[in-house]
Amino acid sequence: MRTDGLAGWRALRHAVCVLVAAYMLAPLGIVLIISFSAAPFLQFPPPGWSLRWYRSLFDDPAWVDSIVTSIEVLVPAAAASTLMGTAAAFALVRGRIPGAGLILAVLMLPLVVPTIITGAGLFGVFRGLGLNGTLPGLIIGHVVLTMPYVVATVGAALRGLDPQLDAAAATLGAPPLRVFRRITLPLLLPGVISGLLFAMVVSFDELIVSLFVSSARVRPVAVQMWSNLRGDFDPTIAAIAALSFLFALLALLGEALARRRAAGLHT
Amino acid sequence: MKRPARHLWLLLPALLVLAVAFLWPVGWLLSRAFTQPRPGLQNFVLLWQHPIYLRVVWNTILISAIATPITVLLGFPVAHAMTHGGPRTRRWLIFLVLVPFWTSLLVRSFATIILLQRHGPVNGTLRALGLIGQPLPLLHNLTGLLAGAVQVLLPFVIFPLYAAMLRIEPSLMQAAMTLGARPVRAFLRVYLPLTLPGLMTGATLVFISTLGYFVTPALLGGPRQLMVAQLIQDEIAQFGNWGVAGALSLVLLAATGALLWLLHRTVGLGAIAR
Repeated sequence: MRTDGLAGWRALRHAVCVLVAAYMLAPLGIVLIISFSAAPFLQFPPPGWSLRWYRSLFDDPAWVDSIVTSIEVLVPAAAASTLMGTAAAFALVRGRIPGAGLILAVLMLPLVVPTIITGAGLFGVFRGLGLNGTLPGLIIGHVVLTMPYVVATVGAALRGLDPQLDAAAATLGAPPLRVFRRITLPLLLPGVISGLLFAMVVSFDELIVSLFVSSARVRPVAVQMWSNLRGDFDPTIAAIAALSFLFALLALLGEALARRRAAGLHT
Repeated sequence: MKRPARHLWLLLPALLVLAVAFLWPVGWLLSRAFTQPRPGLQNFVLLWQHPIYLRVVWNTILISAIATPITVLLGFPVAHAMTHGGPRTRRWLIFLVLVPFWTSLLVRSFATIILLQRHGPVNGTLRALGLIGQPLPLLHNLTGLLAGAVQVLLPFVIFPLYAAMLRIEPSLMQAAMTLGARPVRAFLRVYLPLTLPGLMTGATLVFISTLGYFVTPALLGGPRQLMVAQLIQDEIAQFGNWGVAGALSLVLLAATGALLWLLHRTVGLGAIAR
């Protein structure tokens, strides 16, 4: 058996992995570092350290309002899309519904259709409904964009569950609602939590639909960041970037914990 | 025995929201192409006659066609290491690919701006190494756009490839090499063809995502990298020209749909869900 060339490939593979690792992580490291900079502009490496950009973030009403708006949008949007997405996934996986594959494909469409089209369309029909520049308008847009993530995550979790468990409980005389509450839901919970976290992160980061639907008064963080990045930006944006990175990392950890719990339940 | 459908009503809320807040707006936008300002095909004639539109469409295709092979070439070794590199390497790489996947596109674009700016760390390092005399223009051009885009796109190619590689029987490569094939030949003739479904899925996902790019070209590209999505936004926000915006949207959606259909015919869309 000839193995020449294998060592070369391994070295190349290793080099690419290290390169990609640096490429993926370096930006985040840079954001964290520069958010503690003492310099009045975006200098790297920073000449000194301070918390001034975090202070200026929380002193600036535009930023504070945008954080409040983001929370006001993401909480109801993520809750609604988790409820509806979980229900839909349950029906598709357990319901023996004819054409389930096609319905699933339709539910996934918002991920496939370029968001610019969804955003422009919503902006267009919202004009007649007076929903542009309102919280309900933003929430509706975010529900549409986050629901596919919930359907996919919960659907995958459901496929990993044994339907026999429900059948066993039902055979033992439990009414359907109790079977769902006592057996299915607890087993499914980690998947639902994953979906919820996913929806929250996606909603917080969503820019394009928000850009169309928001106004100067109702403006989520992503839109505020966008206008800052388009103008002459200062390191305040690094502070909010660092905080939103922290938020994503917490969500990722929460998701990993939910997954681990799910794995524990199956063994 | 045919078992009846259950839980049908559980689908209703999701489908209702989707119909009202997605299918209707998208349909409305696309129909503008044929109705605004007058019924007819004049918007498509306009797209065809004005060089700016064709140039932007061509630009968009070109940028996607450049980003796709770069992403695949970088993603392939990573997916390979993920599959064959031991549990520790796998965990690290999955974490690595997932973290930026979970962080805001804007945050990453902002970081890329700092990294690539005139007096940023990349130019600083290259100068310290004596590789360049003057700082390179890395932002607001094709380089900046690709640097930002490929990072976002890598997970789309790594995960389908990883899924395909996991399904490859390791003994196949052993068998090929035992029979006298050099590793390179065994790789090209045995391994690579077996990764094709993952490779095609990943490449298609990267290509269609890039076609619809809006944020990255606006922040990291320059005026010469204007893409279709930006043009759609401009037509609406600046000129209120819903007809042309609808026509451009239809072109973008048709291209996306055609590529997905092609993928479905060759690999099967089930491969994406997995």
